[in-house]
Amino acid sequence: MKLTRRELLLSSGALAASAFFPPFAHARAEAGAPRKGGVLNVHLASEQRILNPSLRASTGVYIVTSKIIESLVDLDADGKIVAQLATAWESSKDGKTITFKLREGVKWHDGKPFTAADVQYNALELWKKHLNFSTGLQQNLEAVDTPDAHTAVFRYSRPIPLDLLLRALADLGYVVPRHVFEGTNVLENPANTAPIGTGPYRFVQYERGQYIIAERNPDYWRKDQPYLDRIVWRIITDRSAATAALETGQVQLSAYSQLALADLDRLSKNPDFEVTAKGLEANQFNNTLEFNFRRKEIADIRVRRAIAHAINIPFFIENFLYGQGRPGTGPIPSTSTAFYPKDAKVAYPFDKARAEALLDEAGYRRGAGGVRFTLKLVPIQNGEDVPLFATFIQQSLAAVGIRVEITNFDYAASLAAVYKEHNFDIATGWHQYRGDPAVSTTVWLHSGSPAGSPWTNQYGWKSEKVDTLIEDAASEIDPAKRRELYAEVVREIDEQFPIWFAIERDFYSVVSKKVHNGHNTARWPSSSWHDTWLTA
Amino acid sequence: MRLLTLAGRRLLAALPALLIILAGLFLLLQLAPGDTVDALVAQVGGGDPTMIEELRRHYALDQSTSARLADYLWRLVHLDLGHSAIYGKPVIDVIVERLPATLLLMGSALSFAFAAGMVLGILAARRVNRWPDTLISTLGLVFYATPSFWFGLMGMFFFAVYLGWLPAGGFGTIGGGLQGWALFVDTLRHLVLPTLTLALIFLAIYLRIMRASMLEVSTLDFVRTARAKGLAEGAVVVRHVLRNALLPMVTLIGLQAGTMLGGSVVVESVFALPGLGRLAYESVMQRDLNTLLGVVFVSALLVIFINFVVDLLYAKLDPRISGEH
Repeated sequence: MKLTRRELLLSSGALAASAFFPPFAHARAEAGAPRKGGVLNVHLASEQRILNPSLRASTGVYIVTSKIIESLVDLDADGKIVAQLATAWESSKDGKTITFKLREGVKWHDGKPFTAADVQYNALELWKKHLNFSTGLQQNLEAVDTPDAHTAVFRYSRPIPLDLLLRALADLGYVVPRHVFEGTNVLENPANTAPIGTGPYRFVQYERGQYIIAERNPDYWRKDQPYLDRIVWRIITDRSAATAALETGQVQLSAYSQLALADLDRLSKNPDFEVTAKGLEANQFNNTLEFNFRRKEIADIRVRRAIAHAINIPFFIENFLYGQGRPGTGPIPSTSTAFYPKDAKVAYPFDKARAEALLDEAGYRRGAGGVRFTLKLVPIQNGEDVPLFATFIQQSLAAVGIRVEITNFDYAASLAAVYKEHNFDIATGWHQYRGDPAVSTTVWLHSGSPAGSPWTNQYGWKSEKVDTLIEDAASEIDPAKRRELYAEVVREIDEQFPIWFAIERDFYSVVSKKVHNGHNTARWPSSSWHDTWLTA
Repeated sequence: MRLLTLAGRRLLAALPALLIILAGLFLLLQLAPGDTVDALVAQVGGGDPTMIEELRRHYALDQSTSARLADYLWRLVHLDLGHSAIYGKPVIDVIVERLPATLLLMGSALSFAFAAGMVLGILAARRVNRWPDTLISTLGLVFYATPSFWFGLMGMFFFAVYLGWLPAGGFGTIGGGLQGWALFVDTLRHLVLPTLTLALIFLAIYLRIMRASMLEVSTLDFVRTARAKGLAEGAVVVRHVLRNALLPMVTLIGLQAGTMLGGSVVVESVFALPGLGRLAYESVMQRDLNTLLGVVFVSALLVIFINFVVDLLYAKLDPRISGEH
């Protein structure tokens, strides 16, 4: 096994950064020395079934558990990989063997030492078998060797790009204690709702439907940290009530755009709060339009393009989203600097005349009442803006002679309608991009997933070329070549247009100005908050 | 002893209805598109076929509907409500956790609505067609016509955000370690807004019924007799009119206990209270059949119990009605 120069630089650079720039140095420059003590109250919009990030990957799980359980690596403010439980990493030349050096002197909250055996168990039994998005990522993981207590060697049957693995492990690399889970039914383990980890805060109490409490871990491996006495997550399902809780000081943080758009806009003018997209760059989402190729009109590329040309996206962003969004330019959002193609552009900009011409050309002339044909639109209720966008699509398409009937379901039912029963002509919802296209975005495009898996390709569309590109990119270990392969995917998706990535969106946090060292990493609400502190 | 026999007979009579409700609901929910695994995957933002298949097996969703229904009913016979998919523990535990908040909210809202509705109804009836009557009746109309979530939010913004007098939500100060009197006051402060919000619409109904029933009873012969034998006005109203006018009010309590359980979903969400209404709503959204059926079962028992108490009250108010016939 040999280090390539670049990888050596990368991992040692990260090490150096964490050694020479202790987190509070940054805070000193900002607002004096960190203060010890205080309780940070956090808004939790929906209750998760389990609090185990090595079984369930979801921002709702991370926002709580990432303070209690730590992942192998995390991201810094620029989205670069930094050490956490892993201190160094290297890839073999063939990209099939990845070696992690693990932090020494780390203890679980129950006092037992953290070792490579824990990582081995998590990787093989949880990340590869149960964790969503990770089962795909780790499908070629064959073994994890533990030559000593602080080294874990991941062996893959196909090459895996180190950048992809590390970026994914920030979210999909949380480690829970082997001695608690081994030999039990992992899905029913009591530690799933009373988590045990190595993090800066220890789990205290979970009152279902009300709150979760964690307190400072005095034996944390970062000396003199964390600063907060406690973190309390309050479960508030009503958006307006959550805003009221912020304004009365009951909570100091609401992350991942869980408030009403109008309230975000209003709070951004409140001097006590900061409304920010900074610190959440690791997660981006698109408002999308999914096409069902089983419908013959939709299967015609001219109709799909006409639909995009008929909808005025800048107008929608300005008037419905309070300006919070950008016209989408394809599967990879512009904030993903490592993969965003230089030549990306809005493929089918608003042009009503062009839309009409394309529909005429496809042979769908206006009939009785000026209607060309009727489509069934299923909104997938991810957020408040989805029904708005559905109505906007309906009205925009009516103007070019396509009648749209909106079929409303609740969240679970809409996913079943689209991804299981294929009972739709067009659908609209959110798609989340998770830092690397291979984590979730290409899963959405690659053909062959069985019906019933949400956010997989269930469109009756298949492109050999796109499938091959995606497979090649997932095991291409040269970053430059990988980037080029994804640029090709973007071009191909723009050309074939099976899904429209209509609007590129950021997640927003509302945070009290009493919170310091907040939003200082690219996935701050999902990070450990070891250096976060509060002014009195 | 007679009371217990009566209670037992009531419960027995309600059993077939209960069984039909539970089985019907079970089948109805089979018609809802998507199951609890779809809901789970939706919540976590996606999953792959392996994980989904594994979870379906975990929740026994790979078995047929009839097999699952038979299994459910068989467990019910053993008084086992099953395991909650959302919470990963026995349904009965989940419900017991939620019961205090629901009972407290329902009890306080019902008593407040009943007491205030009665007083306002009497006042309106005593001054019928004069300005106090008009004022009270208009107020009642406003309460009745305004959606409760609006009342809740406005109350919250005015009393919690603007004035800062009351907490904005929750069921108590978290981590305060309060005890005794302090705990009581704290809970009280948290309950004021939700109780008022939930009670106002019911208050409006009680007020109207009380007013109408007072007016009706006061024209009856025995009231004229009471006046004729020279009783003071106060005694006539309290001892003769009120007692008889209360019968329809008491009937209403029995009817509204169920409505109030349902109506509290909105109030519980707005004020972030951990009650049964929100639990039921969440179990529908998450297609958690066991929890939902458990909530329905417990709610039904609660309604049966309240109606039983109402029947006993009848007999107390009007000796002509006795529980035995």
